[in-house]
Amino acid sequence: MFMFEKALAGSRRYWGWIFVLLAVIAAGFVCYLRQLSFGLGITGMGRDVSWGLYIAQFTFLVGVAASAVMVVLPYYLYDYAVFSKITILGEFLTISAVAMCVLFIFVDMGQPTRIMNVLLYPTPVSMMFWDMIALSGYLVLNIVITLVTLSAERKSVAPPAWIKPIILVSIPWAISIHTVTAFLYNGLPGRSFWLTALLAPRFLASAFAAGPALLILLCMIMRKLTSFDAGREPIQKLALIVMCALGAHLFFVLMEIFTVFYSGIPEQMQHFRYLFWGLDGHAALVPWTWLSAGSALVALGLLIWPRTRKDEKILAVICVLVCLSLWIDKGIDLIVGGFVPSPLGVITEYAPTLPEVAITLGIWAFGFLSLTVFYKITLSVRATLDG
Amino acid sequence: MIFDRKTFLRISGLSLAAVAAGRAAGASDETSLNEGTPLADSPAVQRLAMVIDTKKCLEKEECDLCVKACHRSHNVPAIDDRRHEVKWIWKEPFKEAFISEQSEFANATFQEKPFVVFCNHCDRPPCVRVCPTKATWKREDGIVMMDWHRCIGCRYCMAACPYGSRSFNWVDPRPYIKSLDPEFPTRTKGVVEKCTFCPERLAKGKLPACVEACTPKAMAFGDLEDPHSQVREWLHSRFAIRRKAELGTSPEVYYII
Amino acid sequence: MHDRKMILSGLLIFLGIITVPIWYSLSFGNNREMPELKLPATARACVAPISYMKTSHMKLLAEWRDQAVRSGNRTFTAYNGRTYAISLTATCLQECHDDKEAFCDRCHAYNGVKSPNCWDCHIDPKQATKLPRQGAATQTGASNDLR
Repeated sequence: MFMFEKALAGSRRYWGWIFVLLAVIAAGFVCYLRQLSFGLGITGMGRDVSWGLYIAQFTFLVGVAASAVMVVLPYYLYDYAVFSKITILGEFLTISAVAMCVLFIFVDMGQPTRIMNVLLYPTPVSMMFWDMIALSGYLVLNIVITLVTLSAERKSVAPPAWIKPIILVSIPWAISIHTVTAFLYNGLPGRSFWLTALLAPRFLASAFAAGPALLILLCMIMRKLTSFDAGREPIQKLALIVMCALGAHLFFVLMEIFTVFYSGIPEQMQHFRYLFWGLDGHAALVPWTWLSAGSALVALGLLIWPRTRKDEKILAVICVLVCLSLWIDKGIDLIVGGFVPSPLGVITEYAPTLPEVAITLGIWAFGFLSLTVFYKITLSVRATLDG
Repeated sequence: MIFDRKTFLRISGLSLAAVAAGRAAGASDETSLNEGTPLADSPAVQRLAMVIDTKKCLEKEECDLCVKACHRSHNVPAIDDRRHEVKWIWKEPFKEAFISEQSEFANATFQEKPFVVFCNHCDRPPCVRVCPTKATWKREDGIVMMDWHRCIGCRYCMAACPYGSRSFNWVDPRPYIKSLDPEFPTRTKGVVEKCTFCPERLAKGKLPACVEACTPKAMAFGDLEDPHSQVREWLHSRFAIRRKAELGTSPEVYYII
Repeated sequence: MHDRKMILSGLLIFLGIITVPIWYSLSFGNNREMPELKLPATARACVAPISYMKTSHMKLLAEWRDQAVRSGNRTFTAYNGRTYAISLTATCLQECHDDKEAFCDRCHAYNGVKSPNCWDCHIDPKQATKLPRQGAATQTGASNDLR
């Protein structure tokens, strides 16, 4: 049913890639065991910056997971045939991203064996409860969707009719998973950096830029390494989506900066000051912030100008810049910036430790492993159909 | 009906879902009985609060009797690394404890003076709103309580608290506890902790450890709903401020100036 | 069936392996006898009937935990009318079972019960006395051996 046997037949290069990923996963796992026995003190987090790299990755990846809606919506709702070949790739990217999200939350918990408490003692007023429901539901939805559509494709039949409403439900559900993640942050009265109505729109905009950019890069990689060619048109359309979303995101960021600095409330300005210029000599995130801002501006310019957008080599560079910029913005800057300065005005800087980075890389490797297996299965199914 | 693999899977899936739903319904019944029942051992109280007489407290700025009493009787570890420190009650300079009262001239002499701070047991606590397991909740008597058996260590409450009152056990606390008091458990690594207004002492008719230990009698503890309580008297007598009152948390720790 | 011999011999080997716990201890003997548990020195009555405690003391403790922490009820009225303070250390270990190691741990170890992680937080009074009291000179210097 799951066609996993198709992932076991591959070239040397394929198996080399798999083994590299497995090695990174193993290293991360060993570090996690150490974290379980020593405690979360093994990371760089502390009393003032109590969320760090793990939750930052989770926030970024929820965005990537939600971004599949950018290919699903046009194809399934509006019969936009251009995306017919890559919709399932977007859905598989979602599954890998959600799996990584769940893992990042798990490794961030102080008492992971008690995770069932969230379901045993449901607390609807807590946004974290809804986040768990939304993420798990979205994972199940996408597993069912990909399983049914790929099985149907393998048998060269149309998917059963009942899958259509499920796919349509996944569209607002995708919006909701990232909105509820934004709600985790922007309902907290004590964290003025996050206390903005614009946070959920910002999250969605950056998600709809980073996700499709990642999808473009994946299609280009597959074109180079496999016989699968998504075609020029889907990639160009995705590039347009990235351009619009990135433009919207930059606009939102500028709106935030205006609101904060024109109204001049010190507590709100301090977080932006720390990120862009440093505060009282503490400036660890300043180079990251300017790298993110610079990459975004360059990427947007190159996307708007048709000559550079239509050149696929330059488009690849653009997509890397977009992913880098938004990974820094949503991952590092957003989370750490919310904690610095503390609600008491104290500055405590954060830097991840080596075990923390190893665990993070291990989970990323797991995500890439699952994505590789999914894409291998898909391409094998399509190769059998064509040949 | 052809009993094939599909049918079998369908029936198993439905049965599993039914069992799980039944379990979940049963589990939520259990908890609703336990939460919010009135205290059996204490007289009917409604709104516990603390008032700190800052004038008396500031007479001896180096005094930390309250801190020592609380941390000793609750086995709070003493960790040197500032990142990992655990503290239920401590002294914070005015400019940080009352950050929304910043002014260059209005309270210039106060800026560096140490003010004792701890959990405010807010009337509308953001930490209770966000806890996904009800490991922290507001009791009927006003105390924002913690259940260290249930805490999953997600630290969402720490992100929500506008006062920095909560600490997480980043490491195993036991090696850092100078003297172990067997009358109160320690906590384990991976859970969040904070001041709980000593309900174990209140149950025996005693005052919280910090209030009892304060020799200049600068701390008053009592029920705001009782018009004759010491807290109401003190609040009636002098001007009081609270930390970040504009956020709507309605903190129940008052500082009379 | 062409492979009758293979299948039957495979089945027999499988049955032999899966029943090892039974015939091994029957034939070679079992050194692990029920350990001798040190009963409380002074306390005579239990907080619940002994048969109930033997089967369900963990349920009682879970109820005690919820009563004390979540409901604020710190007094328990036993089946015989006596009242006890709800406290693992003060009542269970100090008032009744004065030797955790010779009573609780022995039975748990014999039965392979790994889960009570109550002791990650709750304190065995015997452990507490070994530690330096506040202000007293540290002779043992054993502050790292709190477990």
